Amino acid sequence: MSIELIIGILNIVLISTTPLVFAGIGELVTEKSGVLNLGLEGLMLVGAVTGFITLVLTGNYFYSLFLSIISGVILSGIFAFLVLNLMTNQIATGLALTIFGIGLSAMLGKKFGGTPIDGLNPYYFIVISFLLVFFVAYFLSKTKTGLIVRAVGENHNSAYALGYNVIKTRYLTIIFGGVMSSLAGYYISICYAPMWQEGMTAGRGWIALALVVFATWKPWRLLVGAYIFGGVAIMQMNLQAIGVKLPGQFFNMMPYLATIIVLVFISSNKLRLKLSAPSSLNIPFEKNQ
Amino acid sequence: MQSIVEFKNIFKSYPGVMANEDVSFNIKEQSIHAILGENGAGKSTLVKILYGHVKPDSGEILINSDLSIINSPSTAKNLGINMVFQHFSLFESLTVAENLILGMNENISLSKLKDKSKTICDKYGFNLNLNSPISSLSVGQRQSVEIVRSLLNNPKILIMDEPTSVLTPDEISKLFKILKNLVRDGLTVIFISHKLEEIINLSDYVTIMRNGKVVSTISTQNEDPDTLGYKMLGYKVSKAKQVSDIKFSHEIFNIKNLSTQSKDPFAINLNEIELSLKKGQILGIAGVAGNGQKELMEILLNENDYEFSGDIIFKDLNINNLSTFQRKSLSISYVTEERLGHSAVPEMSLSENIFLSMNHKSEFKKGDFINFEKINSYASDVIKNFNVDTPSFNVKAGKLSGGNLQKFIIGREIMSNPELLILSQPTWGIDAGSEAFIKKTIVELSQKGVSIIIISHDLDELLEVCHQISVLYEGSLSNPLKVEDINITKLGKYMGGLFD
Repeated sequence: MSIELIIGILNIVLISTTPLVFAGIGELVTEKSGVLNLGLEGLMLVGAVTGFITLVLTGNYFYSLFLSIISGVILSGIFAFLVLNLMTNQIATGLALTIFGIGLSAMLGKKFGGTPIDGLNPYYFIVISFLLVFFVAYFLSKTKTGLIVRAVGENHNSAYALGYNVIKTRYLTIIFGGVMSSLAGYYISICYAPMWQEGMTAGRGWIALALVVFATWKPWRLLVGAYIFGGVAIMQMNLQAIGVKLPGQFFNMMPYLATIIVLVFISSNKLRLKLSAPSSLNIPFEKNQ
Repeated sequence: MQSIVEFKNIFKSYPGVMANEDVSFNIKEQSIHAILGENGAGKSTLVKILYGHVKPDSGEILINSDLSIINSPSTAKNLGINMVFQHFSLFESLTVAENLILGMNENISLSKLKDKSKTICDKYGFNLNLNSPISSLSVGQRQSVEIVRSLLNNPKILIMDEPTSVLTPDEISKLFKILKNLVRDGLTVIFISHKLEEIINLSDYVTIMRNGKVVSTISTQNEDPDTLGYKMLGYKVSKAKQVSDIKFSHEIFNIKNLSTQSKDPFAINLNEIELSLKKGQILGIAGVAGNGQKELMEILLNENDYEFSGDIIFKDLNINNLSTFQRKSLSISYVTEERLGHSAVPEMSLSENIFLSMNHKSEFKKGDFINFEKINSYASDVIKNFNVDTPSFNVKAGKLSGGNLQKFIIGREIMSNPELLILSQPTWGIDAGSEAFIKKTIVELSQKGVSIIIISHDLDELLEVCHQISVLYEGSLSNPLKVEDINITKLGKYMGGLFD
């Protein structure tokens, strides 16, 4: 293999993995505060289609980015209202959000499929994604606000008893996660593709979810994990190109298989599980009245 | 001295109960004010209202004569009110330092925190390692973290909800010394307890609550445990008296060299436990919670194939590998600590709960069907013989009060005529009437020749009913002490791990 080929592959890996980093780091913060949002796929698709449509209609990158982010705020805000105020089941609500997002984006984007646009340079986003991971890692481990987020995810009753606003904290982390997912979607439809096609996120939201567990809720591991998952996906194309006969499905299943292996590994040791998984994850918080 | 807190006509009801009814009394500044009452008397609800954790239906609270609306813990903390909870509000996976920072109203750097907490620790004699995770600390150490965390905010009022229930006698006297020093330095302490002697030793004033109402607020100076106890309950409780000095005949149950090596870092490993029980004898296993009681009970029950080495012998038969039901068939009965969810299924009726525990007995089955006639009559007998206050055996177990359910569960096991009865925390969290009844029942049962093991944190209870007491400390079991030779100092030493 020539140097150029290797650089080329690395370049593709870099470009294709970035959405996983965005969506994954957002979900990581949400889960650290004790909320499981299974709606990433839906959030990504709506973020992608909103950005795309706005760009086609206005031609303005700033507007399109802005509206894409707003779509994430609104959808994740609704999710937060449902699970935090109305205390609906987080898993069911998250799944509903994904299904809703798939449908909504397909409907909105119906007339825009195949419309050509000028894509944005992905490298800005790649740099931002690295900075984000650094920022989140620093925020969670070094700042008091980050400590509060972890405390709320660890034991919401204690956090409330100490005077922290559990609901508000979770609103903010859910909305942060939502915005990150729409950014991931925006990147896919504006930088990576650049085009709109129904269901174009192709399961990346699910991989991002698996990634958070794979990374055992640690930001730097999430970055490494994202590139491993992304690399495997790209390897598939290249291996097929050089004639290795392995079915594509084998590579598609790799991220999930890896996640199951990691899950089994961390669950086999109770200490490791206790120290890595947020203890209040997926448990609704009810104020004493 | 001036009143720092004034409760005025506080009402709070939950479905079916009046937790607080027209509660009014004052707490004087720089005093230790105890709130005394049975389980369910409304003490915890009242202080949770003061701490903003529970919203009252009506009523007012005055802090320093100012009407204060305290609608969240953060408001309470801004008013200088801090609380140490009965079940601690610490974060297990975080370090001591992180837990301290989370409790503070202001933002603070780590080095400043170190200085500040060191000042407090030195002044009052706490010993904390800021870098250890909470999960590695003992219960006593966790309480220290909670108290230091509260003190870091320079509170004016410190609420302590049943702080001694998890401590050894030594730790209790240390805590009391600290509290007295804090009050000398200007703090007001609100102390919740149902232990009469503690209240007399520690507090200046006491408010006695019964069924959500205040009975009276008095100075503790002229009180003794009997008078205070009478005021708390409204009636006198006769103590069960165990007959001492009996010659026991043959050994019925023993444990030889039992040890565990658990992979779970949060489990306590049992260490060469030896135990011997004679016919008709009651052995108490004392010790602070979390010293291996759970693990020992787990092995005695054998519900989860907990791995261990050593031998468990019942009537010359090694029962190491026998399942729970096989052990029950050999006439060993169990009453576990958790009433709802373990001893009984809350959503099922009392008679169904009989069947769940007795399904090893063929008399309750007709082929593959349940013999409802039999279990219903068995349930009515339990209800009748053990004073269970319930309209019928069709009532769901979860609807019974703690005391009634416990009487039902213990009755259920006793009616199956066990030769060995193993009880864990038999009177934990129940009313004094049921507690007295259960203790009396246990004593009578032993006089009929049933051997009994009681695992309990409640020393008074063990001293009242047992013949012998052993202490469990970090997985090691002490030699048994005869109850008539025991004094509390010696027991305290044992509970701190200093066996002879």
